[in-house]
Amino acid sequence: MFRQLVAIGVLALAAPAFAQTELAGSWAARNHEDGLERGGGPYAVDYTGLPINDEARAKALSYSADQLSMIEHQCGQWPPFYLVKGPFGMKIWNEIDQVTGNTIAIKIGAWEDKALQTIWMDGRPHPSKNAPHDRGGFTTGEWQGTTLVTYTTHIKAGSLRRNGVPNSDQATIEAHFVRHGDVLTVLEIIEDPVYLTEPELVSKSFQPDPNPMSPVGPPCVAGYEGVPEGKVPHYLPGTNPSIDELTKFYGIPREATLGGAETMYPEYRKTIKDKFVRPEKCTQNCGAPAPPPPPPR
Amino acid sequence: MKAFVVAISALLLGQPPQQTPKTAAPIDLTGYWVSIVSEDWRYRMVTPTKGDFQGVPVTQDAVKAANDWSPEADTAAGNQCRSYGAPAIMRVPGRFHFTWDGDRTLKLDVDAGTQTRLFKFDKAVAKSDRTWQGDSVAEWDMQPAGRGAAAGAPRPSTSLGAVLSNVEGRRGSLKVVTTNLKSGYLRKNGVPYSEDAKLTEYFDVMRARNGDVLLMVTSIVDDPKYLRQPFIVSTQFKKQPDARGWEPTPCSASW
Repeated sequence: MFRQLVAIGVLALAAPAFAQTELAGSWAARNHEDGLERGGGPYAVDYTGLPINDEARAKALSYSADQLSMIEHQCGQWPPFYLVKGPFGMKIWNEIDQVTGNTIAIKIGAWEDKALQTIWMDGRPHPSKNAPHDRGGFTTGEWQGTTLVTYTTHIKAGSLRRNGVPNSDQATIEAHFVRHGDVLTVLEIIEDPVYLTEPELVSKSFQPDPNPMSPVGPPCVAGYEGVPEGKVPHYLPGTNPSIDELTKFYGIPREATLGGAETMYPEYRKTIKDKFVRPEKCTQNCGAPAPPPPPPR
Repeated sequence: MKAFVVAISALLLGQPPQQTPKTAAPIDLTGYWVSIVSEDWRYRMVTPTKGDFQGVPVTQDAVKAANDWSPEADTAAGNQCRSYGAPAIMRVPGRFHFTWDGDRTLKLDVDAGTQTRLFKFDKAVAKSDRTWQGDSVAEWDMQPAGRGAAAGAPRPSTSLGAVLSNVEGRRGSLKVVTTNLKSGYLRKNGVPYSEDAKLTEYFDVMRARNGDVLLMVTSIVDDPKYLRQPFIVSTQFKKQPDARGWEPTPCSASW
């Protein structure tokens, strides 16, 4: 009896040193929060809840979506944090050392507006700060219990939000992949010493998709917006025509639409309490399901 | 010998002997947390306009109910707390205070609406009358120990693990299932959930590289009457060193 107990005890203690969970597969996005931003895209001037500084705000207000037609900016809207902020699901697979069976990297597939992301799991260091930056950035990861924690550097300058709020190429992303049953939630902690005064926290949940997703997408190409070559579409200070859209449609005071760290915290409600006027009824992007078709005659 | 047998038995059962939910906690939720409203801003920081359902997989019944929403009528009927029920409260901007109420109940006080949730670590929770916060059954979702890169991989030269350590040596999260709810609102503009709604939540604590201690709550609302599919949102909080900003306020039907 004693020997059996000892043997069982030893076996129990010999559990794998590294707890992990299975992430490989196709995951469908559940865009139940920030539905507009994670769908068709945010309003042109909606910086609410973003801890941006004055420089970021000024740059965002100068942004024209016509810049998408410039080859220099063709993929600028979609840095790696688009995984959480974009509309799509994700395909995850492991790259394996054929001899040892160890996972060298975890890969998250690309689509047109998001680059392939490689999460190196083999302990390699991040490259020199002078190394080239690319769309997918450079990401390392490790397991903390059953949570995959990743860290991304070397991304390209682009948009923190798809309305021209900028991110610099010094921005970093710490991501936590947390799986509970069939719900996988990814929390991103985005820091940017150039444009953010505090980290931005964003998260999104996914569920298994029975339909396999493609691990690749078409290339990211410049759109055609009728902009002549050599011209940089922009708005001069004080001329952005969209600055009062949120006020017009939702009664949100302009100062709130322009963001800043203070807009992330509960007490900001007091600041705008007397300036907010709730419109009678939603008229734009209301998200109601289509009414059922009339019964057949 | 007896102690050894007890220890081995405990190992096999996955929990040390005579542990209470309080002493077995793999994460420390106690203390004050503040909402970080970086998502769904215009549904949380102001009262959304009537008929704005963006993102919520509502049924036609829900649309009909929400189109009848009247904050004035709710106030007159004493139903100002409809948007502070368990399926919505974690999305309400505010401060959240966790304490232990004995060894088997985790108590969550919320300053917005002055609400209290009780997470009971007992499977058989006595059914009470339906309330805004319902009856919540809690359990620790324990994870195996261990941290590192992929199995067998060499350790990073500058270990992320040194920076990204969890709050406690043990790992896990809190799972809470809440039922027996009074019907209420998922959003302040009357997007409804019914009294048959079931709320499943996972509370995960993590320490960021910058030292912030964060709480992420993943909420799954199932409601066959008003939702076409489970409504899933995840909400972030930052731990505070003290009670700063704690300001209990009564429920209000709009703000």
